[in-house]
Amino acid sequence: MLRSSLWGTVLLGRALQAVLVSLLVGSLCFALMHSLPGDPAMRIAAGRYGPDAMSLQAAESVRQELGLEQPLLQQYGRALWQLAQFDLGHSLVTGRPILEELQVQLGHSLWLALASLLLSLLGIPLGIIAGARAGGWLDRGSQALAIGVRALPPFVLGLLLMWLFSIQLGWLPPAGFGSWQHLLLPALTLALGLAALSCRVSRDAMAEVQQSAYFTFARHKGLRGLTLIQRHGLRNAAIPVVAYLGVQAVYLIEGVVVVESIFAYPGIGHAMVHAIIARDVPMVQGTVLTLGLLFVLINLLIDAACRWIDPRQGGTR
Amino acid sequence: MLAAALFGSMLTPVSARTLNVVGPWEMTGVEASQSGYVFTRMQVAETLTAADSQGHIVPQLATAWQVSEDGLRWQFQLREGVSFHDGTPLTADIVAAELQRAHQGAGVLKQVPVKAIRAEGSQLVIELERVFAPLPAFLANYSTLILAPSSYTAEGKVSQIIATGPYQIQTMTLPLKLELKRNEHWWGGKVAIDSASYLAVGKGETRALMAQSGEADLVFSLLPVSVAALSRDPRLHTEVVTLPRTRMLKLNAGSALFSDVRVRQALSLALDRQGMARAILRNDKVAANQLFSPAMGAWHDSQLAPIPRDLDKARALLAEAGWQAGADGILQKDGQPFQVKLLTYSNLPELPVLATAIQAQLREVGIAVEVAVGNSSEIVSQHRDGVLQMALFARNFSLVPNPLGTLLQDYGPEGGDWGAMGWSDAQMQSSLQQLQVITDAARQAPLQQQINQTLQQQLPVIPVAWSELAVAASRQLEGVQVDPYELSYHLTSLRWKSEE
Repeated sequence: MLRSSLWGTVLLGRALQAVLVSLLVGSLCFALMHSLPGDPAMRIAAGRYGPDAMSLQAAESVRQELGLEQPLLQQYGRALWQLAQFDLGHSLVTGRPILEELQVQLGHSLWLALASLLLSLLGIPLGIIAGARAGGWLDRGSQALAIGVRALPPFVLGLLLMWLFSIQLGWLPPAGFGSWQHLLLPALTLALGLAALSCRVSRDAMAEVQQSAYFTFARHKGLRGLTLIQRHGLRNAAIPVVAYLGVQAVYLIEGVVVVESIFAYPGIGHAMVHAIIARDVPMVQGTVLTLGLLFVLINLLIDAACRWIDPRQGGTR
Repeated sequence: MLAAALFGSMLTPVSARTLNVVGPWEMTGVEASQSGYVFTRMQVAETLTAADSQGHIVPQLATAWQVSEDGLRWQFQLREGVSFHDGTPLTADIVAAELQRAHQGAGVLKQVPVKAIRAEGSQLVIELERVFAPLPAFLANYSTLILAPSSYTAEGKVSQIIATGPYQIQTMTLPLKLELKRNEHWWGGKVAIDSASYLAVGKGETRALMAQSGEADLVFSLLPVSVAALSRDPRLHTEVVTLPRTRMLKLNAGSALFSDVRVRQALSLALDRQGMARAILRNDKVAANQLFSPAMGAWHDSQLAPIPRDLDKARALLAEAGWQAGADGILQKDGQPFQVKLLTYSNLPELPVLATAIQAQLREVGIAVEVAVGNSSEIVSQHRDGVLQMALFARNFSLVPNPLGTLLQDYGPEGGDWGAMGWSDAQMQSSLQQLQVITDAARQAPLQQQINQTLQQQLPVIPVAWSELAVAASRQLEGVQVDPYELSYHLTSLRWKSEE
């Protein structure tokens, strides 16, 4: 009974958070996009027709078609009213419903995010082994590698991987999408950055656990090697590692923006950048809102995972 | 929604025999005026006319056309036996409705003085308000492509591309990808390659790697630095063609800084065109000694010599115009320094680099240039507001495969967004007017040369470098043709070598 009401509070809290995120994102996007310098009708026309066919005439017809000459307050009201009805509207550039566009892009981005997250998990065992022998050669070696990988911007890392896996080895297609082979290189580009961090975090967590009183006690009790780490190490070390995965999501989304552009991958980051350049306000709102809600969802899952790993967390609040 | 999104994009395998085409151009929507050029280049959709490699207008969906004595009534005979990808036959009524829509829309047909468009039997009739000889060239532009009625939603929006070309769309993932299969019922007969794809890849480095890895068979618009590396690759064939497109400096000739023609000439002489062509564009041939590139036929004057950099002459012209060097080396006139803002954009990656080179070159004659890299639309909006000082951009003279279409837009009495600003010339206006009436090439040529000369002497815009299209093609492909007018990729003339 106590347990279920606790879960209820968590869910209600996160649901409230979701509503707030939507309202904030809607308003902020609108305000920010309209406070940028430059004429939105011109930007939208350039986004639609490209520099070659862009003209003053084209911009004026865009202005009329979209009602951009209306007072801002009226446009803002209309946008919020649409949002309240769960209607994200139509893209100002492509003219297609935002929901349709998001579905395609979000799908591609989720595959990419999922694949990179899975690949990045490889960093955790490496970190745990390194942490179990803190100060050893594996610890130092993995630290150097993590710093090196993390210091490379995704743009450079992506091109290096393409050169290695597509040109030199000929194993994978360098860019594009449509098959699992296409997914591997962009996912790896992101995963290496993620793995570098989670490797260090899990290494520190493991090293800390090793210095704790309960771990020393277990060792004195006579437990050795894997059994020791399995019973007393992993679960304790997992809490900061899992909590950190939530933070990693930020890196993931930031990386997606760059990686999708290099690899010609039709995801939500790519769409968001183009929408911002073209002043496609509904599209910006749609992408930012989706990403925002995704954060809420990820945090909810992380919360749940942490409570499962460490049941004390629920009880002490 | 998450689940729908995940499984909606389920991954599908790619057939080995697909011709993979890669270019930088994303499809920003399905409307013809937005992404029509991808649909026509990939030969999914067709227009009434087309242009050959010399820029002559040739038949496509229209087989012949004639104009009445007074030049106001055009009749286009439509090709017989043409059907759309869904089997609907092409009729004059459908074509008339499509062109009426194009005329209402954002495409080039808006510039044509159309009075009425209608079907008469199997013919399409276009009536004009006034004589307009270049009309057939306008009907080769992608915004006038012909779609089947089933392409539209009930509200009259394009929802899919059902057209008449030799390839039809199987899947379309906006803004990046098209997957095509051969149209077995194409009026032009059977084509050799049965499936093709188009992928928009924005980054030039990635495009080059795709060509090298064999993932793409035909790659358009390579960066100058990639061309040398790819041309050494034995599996690839590279080709660079000059386009009817010019990178130029637009000047506000109505402003105090640039109203004096001597100042504009001095700026032109201060530019090191050969240096920029060699070091930045890696192609000596593109240094522009005139506005019209060699790809523009009779408009180009092949007798003109290259414009050498002449700093002494430039300084002398500026001194004649009243500009004297100040203490800091910057020119001054009436106590005002020669400071100017140069606006450009990064959609074309070479433009910001060229802008900074120009900045350094003009500094040598005492002109302080501040480079601003923004959105291309800012050039249009600053032109409208009259605050633009100087801009660097590339202008396409073959959007309509007759440069007259672009010139009318850019150098009319009021100037144009991508052309003259605060400048007009009576003789040039009269030549432009006459060219709208004359159809005889021999009579057009002297007028075209006169326009070229006026632009050369008056310099409302300063030509910097012509644009080129660099293409890499797999050696397994035969029959590659690079169209300088960028109307078509000529997929129909391609075949795989191993198939012989």
